[in-house]
Amino acid sequence: MKEFTYKICDELGIHARPAGLAVKEAGKFKSKITIYKDEKQADMKRLFAVMGLSVKQGDTVRVTIDGEDEEQALVSIEGFFRNNL
Amino acid sequence: MIELSGRSVCGGVTFGKISIFSRNGRTVKRTHIQSAEEEIGRFLSARDSAVSELEVLYEKARVEIGEAQAQIFAIHQMMLEDEDYNDSVKNIISAQMVNAETAVLATSDNFARMFSETEDAYMQERAADVKDVSDRVINILSGGGETKIVTEQTIIVADDLAPSETIQMDKEKILAFVMENGSSTSHTAILARSMNIPALIGTKGVLNPEFNGKAAAVDGYNGKIYIEPDEKTAEMLKKKKQEKELQRELLKKLKDKPTVTKRGRKINLYANIGTPEDLGSVLLNDAEGIGLFRSEFLYLKSDDFPSEDVQFQAYRRVAEAMGDKPVIIRTLDIGADKKIGYFNIAEEENPAMGMRAIRICLERPTIFKTQLRAILRASAFGNIMIMLPMITSVDEVERSKTLIDEVKSELENSGIPYNRSIEVGIMIETPAAAVISDLLAEKVDFFSIGTNDLTQYVLAMDRQNSGISAMLDTHHEAILRLIKTVVDNSHKKGIWTGICGELGADIELLPRFIELGIDELSVSPSRILEIRSAVRESE
Repeated sequence: MKEFTYKICDELGIHARPAGLAVKEAGKFKSKITIYKDEKQADMKRLFAVMGLSVKQGDTVRVTIDGEDEEQALVSIEGFFRNNL
Repeated sequence: MIELSGRSVCGGVTFGKISIFSRNGRTVKRTHIQSAEEEIGRFLSARDSAVSELEVLYEKARVEIGEAQAQIFAIHQMMLEDEDYNDSVKNIISAQMVNAETAVLATSDNFARMFSETEDAYMQERAADVKDVSDRVINILSGGGETKIVTEQTIIVADDLAPSETIQMDKEKILAFVMENGSSTSHTAILARSMNIPALIGTKGVLNPEFNGKAAAVDGYNGKIYIEPDEKTAEMLKKKKQEKELQRELLKKLKDKPTVTKRGRKINLYANIGTPEDLGSVLLNDAEGIGLFRSEFLYLKSDDFPSEDVQFQAYRRVAEAMGDKPVIIRTLDIGADKKIGYFNIAEEENPAMGMRAIRICLERPTIFKTQLRAILRASAFGNIMIMLPMITSVDEVERSKTLIDEVKSELENSGIPYNRSIEVGIMIETPAAAVISDLLAEKVDFFSIGTNDLTQYVLAMDRQNSGISAMLDTHHEAILRLIKTVVDNSHKKGIWTGICGELGADIELLPRFIELGIDELSVSPSRILEIRSAVRESE
């Protein structure tokens, strides 16, 4: 399993558009990808679940990636966060 | 005449008839079904039709209002394809043996509630998105029926509009939006701004069936709607409208036109901005680049040093919005009249001549390097240039460039993309820099003259001292001679010189600047077209 943490810089947090993009990005991989905020967690392939975390600017999220393509997924998902959030 | 007030989310004045937007007013009947499997099949096929309709709307929106605004329809499609959403509908159908309409409505309410119960205003808005996509599915399930089409030019009055409702309207027919509710981040507001038509939100009392079809005037500058306006009000609004149209005329005439003099000399006409929020005005007024992006806002709005990532996002957003047009980012210019607590700069007798700008940056390279890293990372996304403020010596330029090179090789080693040939220029705003501009020209790619500081240092007159403001001659020959020296020295070394201070927008001096050979003027976005017009009329 791989994981990383990231502090959200985007002013609106993980709002609708980036949530949609994040879900799309996660959907490209076979691995199970989970995003954690405080004690809450969401399957990153599910839009409502991700939006429901209501992640805001300054929040720190943890993302875990578990599966056969976790190496690739880590690079791509972490890059996605850095570039979009 | 009835006068109602709302909050304006887009300016402009317009006259027309009110059209109250009515929805199909469908009610969902709860019925019991025999086969859950069949009902789930009905739901899935309606859902698929809804997704393809949204696909069409996405395309339409992309062409009409652009990719960024159209994205919402892509999100809408994803909502309908979301597993949790689909599971919920299917579960309700099979557990309660009810029709698909009822299951979709219940799911819609549950998911909408999840959003409306958050404390975040933006997320609360998304409840409307869930309801909108669900209504679309319900509509298809109950036999379709198109949303009402607006046929004549009208002022649209509604409670609030869903994006799918606005996109289906014929844009040519909409004069203004006046919403009983809504918020400044609602789709109606965003759409109105992209269409540039007057729009009001939170206009209590406007959703009155009696107003339907009545003549009205909307003043988007004041947030007012006048129903059956009296003559005096109509006259006042007409005048406002004319002024606005005159400006729009100027825009039409000069937009996409080059800023060249009659003899064909090109002046690069750029905009000064303080935050990424100014971008709208920059694009609207057709600036050819950003000549001065003050980076202080990032530090001023924060309680602590802004992180590299926060800075990177802001720079990248501006770079991407400007495409291949230049974006000149001035590195931190704190000190003098701009004080920030967490920098802990000691009280100074004379802060304008104290610890400020590049002096702080070279003294505290960690702060400087964080900013340089953010700028360099963002340089991979557009045409960014770096500009160093308050330079007085060749040594300061060399030390800054050494730091830039250090950051570059750090990025190189980590495999992070950046523009390897990023241009580095300096502000000429101290008399020393102007006098030794021949030596500085060998070290940098461009000069930009900061006339505000240059004037106060050359004349030894504090520009914030109102007592001497009458004596402060901004057209002083000493300043103009220094500008000439700087321009001449830059051209000898084959680099360009611009002006980014207030003097750059001084129409009276424009012929002189052209004669001196100034290559670029960077002014506030609202002055761009006026200056372009003046340049085009100059020899």
